[in-house]
Amino acid sequence: MDRFVFLISAGLARGAVLALFALSLVIVWRAARVVNFAQAAMAVTAVYAAFAVTAATGSYWAGLLTGLAAGALLGAAVERGLMRRLPAHAPLPGIIVAIGLVMMLQAGLAIAFGPEHRPMHPPFSERPFLIGGVPVLSPYDLFTLIAAAAVMGALALLFGRTSLGLQLRAAAFAPETSRLLGVRVPRMVTLGWALAVATAALAAMLLVPTELGLNPHAVDLLFVNAFAVAVIGGLDSPIGALLAGVGVGLLVSLVTGYASASAAPLAVLALLTLVLLVRPGGVFSAKEARTA
Amino acid sequence: MTTPPPATPRLEVDGLEVAFGGLTALSGVDFAVHDGETVALIGPNGAGKTTVFNAVCGLVKPRKGAVRIGGRPAPARTTGLLAAGVARTLQGLGLFEHMTVLENVLVPLCRLPVDDPTARARARLDELDLLHLADRPAGTLPYPERKRVALARALVADPALLLLDEPAGGLGAADIDALAATVRRVADTGCAVLLVEHHVDFVMDVADRIVVLDFGQVIASGAPEAVQRDPAVEAAYLGLEAVGAATEQEGGTA
Repeated sequence: MDRFVFLISAGLARGAVLALFALSLVIVWRAARVVNFAQAAMAVTAVYAAFAVTAATGSYWAGLLTGLAAGALLGAAVERGLMRRLPAHAPLPGIIVAIGLVMMLQAGLAIAFGPEHRPMHPPFSERPFLIGGVPVLSPYDLFTLIAAAAVMGALALLFGRTSLGLQLRAAAFAPETSRLLGVRVPRMVTLGWALAVATAALAAMLLVPTELGLNPHAVDLLFVNAFAVAVIGGLDSPIGALLAGVGVGLLVSLVTGYASASAAPLAVLALLTLVLLVRPGGVFSAKEARTA
Repeated sequence: MTTPPPATPRLEVDGLEVAFGGLTALSGVDFAVHDGETVALIGPNGAGKTTVFNAVCGLVKPRKGAVRIGGRPAPARTTGLLAAGVARTLQGLGLFEHMTVLENVLVPLCRLPVDDPTARARARLDELDLLHLADRPAGTLPYPERKRVALARALVADPALLLLDEPAGGLGAADIDALAATVRRVADTGCAVLLVEHHVDFVMDVADRIVVLDFGQVIASGAPEAVQRDPAVEAAYLGLEAVGAATEQEGGTA
């Protein structure tokens, strides 16, 4: 029972990171109708920026802010410099350019920083609190949960309650109509990319201190799992990303704890296959087809 | 008869020529719409009516000619239209189906200097009897209500020029009467209205003037009763039955 409680609480923190990264994929998808296969490579690039600033200043928080800013800038630059120039209404060029970008970024990082794992220290202890002798969340897990929840809440407020969010949604769903209504659509698409990659960078920065360390491939597995989460939840559904993220986080934690770490990716893929067979649009996808 | 129009038209289309590749869609199209005036643009399918709208909105670039709004060149960017006082409805409505009715009507206000956008949007919804549906997703409404949402979204910015693309299409008699009353009320506030419409009775009811397009050219324009009697129009478009029925109903004055 103790083990179960521990695995559940660890799974929650893992799920929050997964949900955050999946949400970043949903944001790009909704803004630009692209599955950004370069999201992990872009996020890890931002983490390197955070790592460099933390190493130079000694401040985790300065690094965290730098990472967020670097993610946003990289997202905007990739959209303006690459994605915008691709032919519209064809999914393949975006995917191929994204895969090329993965190779360039990861090779570039390996050249600049070396391929080894560089330790990143969490700002809070990773030793779990003991409640009645049972290990539960660590202070860092708690920080992860709070940071993820805060960002998701802020994004929900932005998209649901502000004029800017309304324009972001309008531009994503019906660009031509939005233009007639005065919405500066290209700017909104760029902003969507910036928000998405900053969110992905945060997820990566929360993850890396709990893993082996920073390396150009440190976020690859997170991307694979988060992509499964986004598809399971429905690529169009932020709520789907959140709930599927937590669900898959718990699944990974329980399978890792009771079976083995190597079985966890198989469990995720099995769940993905099941969802695709039963509900190909994702569990939380809207029923009706989109109009734009 | 209507009062003499003021000097500067709200919309001035001057020698407009639009071509798609080798196909000339519009050539030498001239007409104007003044403040408070309702002009109907009619013509057979493919005559170029929607292309005129698209040219006014900057969605297609004319090969020759000019579009002036309030005496100034039309904005080069489509996003500048609303700020220039131009609002348009679309044939396909183009609602944000997943957003609520209120959110749909708020989108045009996002970048306009309006003190209380929500209050303004709710007032427009109330005028079109949509306020009770404000929180419903637009895509879930029946077609007549969806059409009214599209109209509310065009009216919410208080445009000086309103372009309506087939506003009566797909509506029943009662909804068309309500629409006609709305169009007259909007025109009475001084708004210039240009509409594309196939529904002859509705056009005769609301239009001060009619411009008839055929194969991309203006073949007739003037007061509804004069246009009705124009043999070129009969030949091109209206058909004798429709003209006869509309003439009896109208009894002469516009």
